[in-house]
Amino acid sequence: MSDRISVAKTYKLYIGGVFPRSESGRVYPVTDPQGKFLANAAHASRKDVRDAVVAARKAFPGWSGATAYNRGQVLYRVAEMLEGRREQFVSEVAASEGLAPSRAESLVDAAIDRWVWYAGWTDKIASVLGAANPVAGPYFSFTVPEPTGVVGVLAPQESSLLGLVSVLAPVLAGGSTAVVVSSAERPLPAITLSEVLATSDLPGGVANVLTGRAAELGPWLASHGDVNALDPTGATPEDRITLAREAAGTVKRVLTVPDAEPDWTPTPDLSRLRRYLEAKTVWHPLGV
Amino acid sequence: MGIFEYAPAPESRDIANLKDHYRPFIGGEFVDGSGEPLKTVNPATEEILAEVGTASVSDVDTAVRAARAAYETVWSRMPGSERAKYLFRIARLIQERSRELAVLESLDNGKPIKESRDSDIPTAAAHFFYHAGWADKLAYAGYGPNPKPLGVAGQVIPWNFPLLMLAWKIAPALATGNTVVLKPAETTPLTALVFAEICQQAELPPGVVNILPGAGDIGAAVVEHGDIDKIAFTGSTEVGKLIQRTVAGTRKKLTLELGGKAANVVFDDAPLDQAVEGIVNGIFFNQGHVCCAGSRLLVQESVAEEVLEKLRYRVSTLRMGDPLDKNTDIGAINSAEQLAKIRGLVESGDAEGAQRWTSPCPVPDRGFFFAPTVFSDVHQSMRIAREEIFGPVLSVLTFRTPDEAVAKANNTPYGLSAGIWTEKGSRILWMANKLRAGVVWANTFNRFDPAAPFGGYQESGFGREGGRTGLEAYLDV
Repeated sequence: MSDRISVAKTYKLYIGGVFPRSESGRVYPVTDPQGKFLANAAHASRKDVRDAVVAARKAFPGWSGATAYNRGQVLYRVAEMLEGRREQFVSEVAASEGLAPSRAESLVDAAIDRWVWYAGWTDKIASVLGAANPVAGPYFSFTVPEPTGVVGVLAPQESSLLGLVSVLAPVLAGGSTAVVVSSAERPLPAITLSEVLATSDLPGGVANVLTGRAAELGPWLASHGDVNALDPTGATPEDRITLAREAAGTVKRVLTVPDAEPDWTPTPDLSRLRRYLEAKTVWHPLGV
Repeated sequence: MGIFEYAPAPESRDIANLKDHYRPFIGGEFVDGSGEPLKTVNPATEEILAEVGTASVSDVDTAVRAARAAYETVWSRMPGSERAKYLFRIARLIQERSRELAVLESLDNGKPIKESRDSDIPTAAAHFFYHAGWADKLAYAGYGPNPKPLGVAGQVIPWNFPLLMLAWKIAPALATGNTVVLKPAETTPLTALVFAEICQQAELPPGVVNILPGAGDIGAAVVEHGDIDKIAFTGSTEVGKLIQRTVAGTRKKLTLELGGKAANVVFDDAPLDQAVEGIVNGIFFNQGHVCCAGSRLLVQESVAEEVLEKLRYRVSTLRMGDPLDKNTDIGAINSAEQLAKIRGLVESGDAEGAQRWTSPCPVPDRGFFFAPTVFSDVHQSMRIAREEIFGPVLSVLTFRTPDEAVAKANNTPYGLSAGIWTEKGSRILWMANKLRAGVVWANTFNRFDPAAPFGGYQESGFGREGGRTGLEAYLDV
């Protein structure tokens, strides 16, 4: 045992590029699966959700208007920062999920590789999903995918880092901005990921991370008039029905997700990227 | 007015082969529906055109079972190349019967024959022709090597483009291997039932297409049915929200094509005469019964007076009257109910202080007609600037800078379409990029093509119809 007393970290929220405590002042203890105390996490409130949505909306024009190349570089930078903090993530994932270090290592590696995979999509997705439309008339018509806006994400409850990355990266890669509610019982890797995001040239507000309860915060995201899409992965199957009904009030895009949390390790397809993209078709006449 | 006088040039109503009775189409046969029959009315004369048998809730169940059986035993097992040939047959049959369908559409809907003849029916045929080709090429659509259909699709369509909306729904559903139960709008069921005859003539396997006339309760029964895998709806945002709520928590895939309040933005460098034609087409096409109608005109302040003057003159030359007259520009409002809604919103425009100008064109003394109307001095907070009127009523606002135009254009919960008029290419592309709308027309308006995806942002719905993008709505991907 070292003589030195280590410096413990205070885990806070990540809103608009800064790390505030919950405006409610609430915290809750986070433990490992054996019940050993790890840290106190901020217990986000409805007001924190609203602040995060404001931050995400404010960041949307800049992020969606950035070049795809620029977004790709910023996201790749996130992967670099993840790699640099690999050991920290391994120990947090191992502690949070109660895993052997070797298993935690492979999940962290998969999360970093997942991030790189999505980073590479930013400047390709438009050529894969877009089109020049061969219309029957003297017009040039083309279709491009555009980001859908502000996305509320209820992150997976079990997979604290790989699951989180798998649901957040496609939002950002497509040019949307995110308000994420982390796993309630395993929130620590989400806050450490926020620290990575904050030091990766990702503009403040593009990703906002709240620690707290999906059951409490999900309904505020689902009914919020300035949220365009909702990923209810972290909610219970029963709660997802309520959330989807709430979301209908503003015609939100609501992801259909499997009842049980999936295995996040296989390489994904394009479906999550597609969910956060809107096809825009532009027409102009031809003529002299 | 009066540079040219027009003699009446009516299309013969006999071409429609109008029958006294029409019946629901279930499992490949016309059957007596057990719902209360409805009488469909010619909105231009208020005469009853025909009696139409309607479906009951139990008929919905019968139709879904027929569609399920056809899906399981025939349609999902058939090679795409064979499905394609049925769709090509249907496209050809629509082309062959296009005059009949056009006249019938104009009788039942009230739209001018020149629009049903030159736009609705040919575009409906084109949708089948286009999607036919996809049926055996889905592996190339970008959804993986072997994308699967969903199963039975329940489809509910509006009255503004009855046969065209049917084509937008049925063509992609069938091409991707689904079977369908479709409910046409209560006020415009006739061309859908002629389409059912076309399915018979094409020898489409029974149950692949089922058509159930009825009112909103039958639409709701389709949406709620437990053995349907996919719901596609085109109609109002209000009903769309109810449907999204109903479908929430089920495994049904949902696509919605809802309302709009499109901004049509005219800059001071636009070719103004051409822009005026586009403004007129944008709001008065199909009596303004168009979800993507350019109902909010945003004109740059420096040319606002000039544009308004040209616009009023041009609108005053539009001929309103008999939909079957080939010279008619503006036909009848589809129903008394819709006419009342338009009147209500126009009265709100008066009450909120906008300046109303109405075309001096003669208004027929029978039928549901509403003269083209232009409101100026409109502010963003007024109901006529925020709510979808779905009629021949244009709200004119002004702006000074491109940024202000974008801000005003995007100041709506909708996001279906938008228009841009300017000679400056870089500004067109900049605007097209900034406008939060699914379809942007630059120096044109209201163009539709099966190869071009169509659909909205935000409360104008989700999912696309047309193009490779549109196939996703009917695939399990």
